[in-house]
Amino acid sequence: MRVAFPFSAIVGQEQMKLALLIATVDPSVGGVLVLGDRGTGKSTVVRALPALLPSMKAVEGCRYGCDPSANGSRCDECQERASHSAKGKLPVTDKRVPVIDLPLGATEDRVVGALDIEKALRNGEKAFEPGLLARAHRGFLYVDEVNLLEDHLVDLLLDVAQTGENVVERDGVSVRHPARFVLVGSGNPEEGDLRPQLLDRFGLSVEVRTSEDVAQRVEVIRRRDAYERDSTAFLATWDDADAGVRAKILAARKRLPSVQVPDAVLHKAVQLCVELGTDGVRGELTLLRAARAAAALDGAKVVTDAHVKTVAPMALRHRLRRNVLDEGGSGTRVARGITAIYGAG
Amino acid sequence: MASAVPMSRTADDVGAARARAAAALCVLAVAGHRIGGIVLRDSSAGAQQWIAALKARLPREMRVVRLPSSATDDRIFGGLDLAATIATGVPVAERGVVADAHGGIVVIPLIERMPVSTQARLGTVLDTGIATVLRDGVRAEFEAEFTLITIDESEEDVWGVAAPLRDRLALVLDGDVRVDASMLPDASVVATARGMLDRVFASDDVMIGVGTMCVAFGIASERAPRQALWTARALAALDARHEVEEADLALAAQLVLAPRATRIPTPPPDEPPDEQDAPPEPSPPEATSSDAPPDSPDDRPMEDRLVDAVTAAIPPELLAELLARAQRPSQELGRAGAEKESWTRGRQVAARRGKPDGVRRLHVLETLRAAAPWQRARAKASALRGLTARSLIVERDDFRIRRYVERAGTSVIFVVDASGSAAAQRLGEAKGAVEALLAESYARRDRVSLIAFRGTTADVLLPPTRALARARKLLASLPGGGGTPLATAIDVASTAGVAARRAGTLPVVVFLTDGRANVARDGKGGRTESMRDALDAAAKFRVSNLSSVLIDTSPRPEPMARKIADALGARYVPLPVVDARAIAGAIALAKDIG
Repeated sequence: MRVAFPFSAIVGQEQMKLALLIATVDPSVGGVLVLGDRGTGKSTVVRALPALLPSMKAVEGCRYGCDPSANGSRCDECQERASHSAKGKLPVTDKRVPVIDLPLGATEDRVVGALDIEKALRNGEKAFEPGLLARAHRGFLYVDEVNLLEDHLVDLLLDVAQTGENVVERDGVSVRHPARFVLVGSGNPEEGDLRPQLLDRFGLSVEVRTSEDVAQRVEVIRRRDAYERDSTAFLATWDDADAGVRAKILAARKRLPSVQVPDAVLHKAVQLCVELGTDGVRGELTLLRAARAAAALDGAKVVTDAHVKTVAPMALRHRLRRNVLDEGGSGTRVARGITAIYGAG
Repeated sequence: MASAVPMSRTADDVGAARARAAAALCVLAVAGHRIGGIVLRDSSAGAQQWIAALKARLPREMRVVRLPSSATDDRIFGGLDLAATIATGVPVAERGVVADAHGGIVVIPLIERMPVSTQARLGTVLDTGIATVLRDGVRAEFEAEFTLITIDESEEDVWGVAAPLRDRLALVLDGDVRVDASMLPDASVVATARGMLDRVFASDDVMIGVGTMCVAFGIASERAPRQALWTARALAALDARHEVEEADLALAAQLVLAPRATRIPTPPPDEPPDEQDAPPEPSPPEATSSDAPPDSPDDRPMEDRLVDAVTAAIPPELLAELLARAQRPSQELGRAGAEKESWTRGRQVAARRGKPDGVRRLHVLETLRAAAPWQRARAKASALRGLTARSLIVERDDFRIRRYVERAGTSVIFVVDASGSAAAQRLGEAKGAVEALLAESYARRDRVSLIAFRGTTADVLLPPTRALARARKLLASLPGGGGTPLATAIDVASTAGVAARRAGTLPVVVFLTDGRANVARDGKGGRTESMRDALDAAAKFRVSNLSSVLIDTSPRPEPMARKIADALGARYVPLPVVDARAIAGAIALAKDIG
């Protein structure tokens, strides 16, 4: 098995890295959509996550990896076990945050889960065999080339990502289980249009471009080459840096609940959304959540205009109403809106 | 430098093509596992000759597996073993071809027939080295590291290899790929080179050279520089050297980077301006290649020499295309978007659970596949309920229905200027051109629709149709004269184009006009207002991302027409003499490149 390229060794791609870190600190911002040219390292960033992310506490023996402290939102099996145990406590274990790849061509039964055939045959028991959605619970579900995935599967994923619950009614089994995950979709807009409904159901959206700076390109090549030639040694070089990011994530998670949003900052953020004409309140909510997570990652206790400006493009870009008279891309329009509200610079 | 690898600069073209094919073959034999693979754009016969020559130079134990492009995903990546599943009563996974080819080579002929999603999946396997199966009750992972050779027999200017896969395949050979065995090294040389490949040193200068070229030629992919680097290593190894030299990198860049170029580097601004009188616009190909000051070519940094070598290696057609592209926004129409789902006809794709009815038809084999794992359990259950034994128990949940996607045809929308300014004689010529195109469209089974504008209105004379006889008759009786309501015409064309796309076809809008608008949207005259309205309409048209061509029908290229074409994002074709063949060529280009 090939080992993944370390997160800290990825040159550039700051927007995408920030978006994923924000989703790690506050998964409620919703999924992350990554658009960009082929071969710009979109998958590399996602595949670097498992080694980077701090491990999580999970109920031992739980097939869904339920959060021991999340009473009420655990799976039925955990609730059942808790009701039988002393003080409702469940045994706890450390678990890696799952980052699950959804391969193109996966069929629905493998994604949502289905009747466990072997158990059905051996014991005559109607047992549920969890699918990808269960495995991705509390982690990330990654769909490369999301625009090539069949529409019905995309709809299903978005639906579950939004409700946080997977409901299965098939093969005579009736099961519901928690499935809260960050959906990360990547794609190339030139490879067939992304449906607008799909776009605004992602919380954040980033555009990935390759740097035009020779020095930066050369650094990418150097690191990649070193990694391909001796991945073990290369990983060791970047261990400390990854540990640093890990510590930052943990600190940010701890800080997040106490991060304040001053009224003035909130007011301006709403003004920005009005200026840009984003549809609905989802844009405003996402903008604020992302700004709070960015502040937490920054080590700040208070959200400032600077945090809002940093995350505004990724939170709002895909929510603009299409303006036929505006030739600029949505990124440019957000930038213009920022200048209008916050002034230049 | 003496090398086991034939260098690609040879006097005559055939020789150059042979040398290129030989160099690519050597590289693939040595470093195939590092560079993804190759696209052979040639007839099957030429490709087979190339592959046979490759096989003769590979380690004998290396497997070369052929995979037909019609193979289903379960055969390629793995799936449910139907026979074993029924026999054992437990879902049994079956390896796919890519897992069987682990450590070897997979050859896919007629790649253009393989669905884009399957090609994209192959790309993922090339990246990760693992084939993941998640279907039909099976979950399995198989090791699958392989080198991919695809044979692409699609027409010129069209890629049969889908973009996601193309990015993973380092090498491309276009045209005649046959090799001359006398130019190739022995299998023993290849074997030695394979053994030392990972130990070939590439200096920092080499890394800088690769990075510089990627930026200079607008290559966004980060795979390309890696592939170029491994190609250079392979070339050094074939020459039994432990360090990459400039010549290795130059040839590697010609093989890997040149075909990926999206722009031609502009000369650095600090060059002495008196060197040439050339305008700041991208200069024509011959100027670019002879740009280097003849006295001191070796004093320049290595990157500059490399950039020149690659520029010289870019085929003239591609170079011309790149220069043309520099003048208009790039927009590539996805092939994937041009397919629509259907229950009844088209290319068959994965079946889905569902109820068969009048329109949706049962997919018997897939239904059996879905039912297979359950047979023992169901037999037991029905016995318990005292039902009579049946040999096969199929339940409603098993039903699978057939699904197809149709490759949408092209819909050519002609927007003909019948105003007075497009003088009567010119209109006649334009009609002639359109008629010739109609015949061609008929052969391709395109749909055609016709919009004419004059006076104050633009009318859809003919909605999208294949009934081309009617189109011809209508066209012949089209009267000329009156004002030029260009803005209205563009608005009508936009609507028609978007509607055609919604109907699942790939629209191409062809404007035949001199661009001299003199009737505004409100029907009033006035050149300034009319032009403003026309540009406004064109800007809206552009947002809808329709492929378009504007054929300037004025006797001399008309600046207004040019301006409108730019605003539309259309390919501009000035046509001093209306020539059906030239128009057909322009439309074909618009379809392929958008």
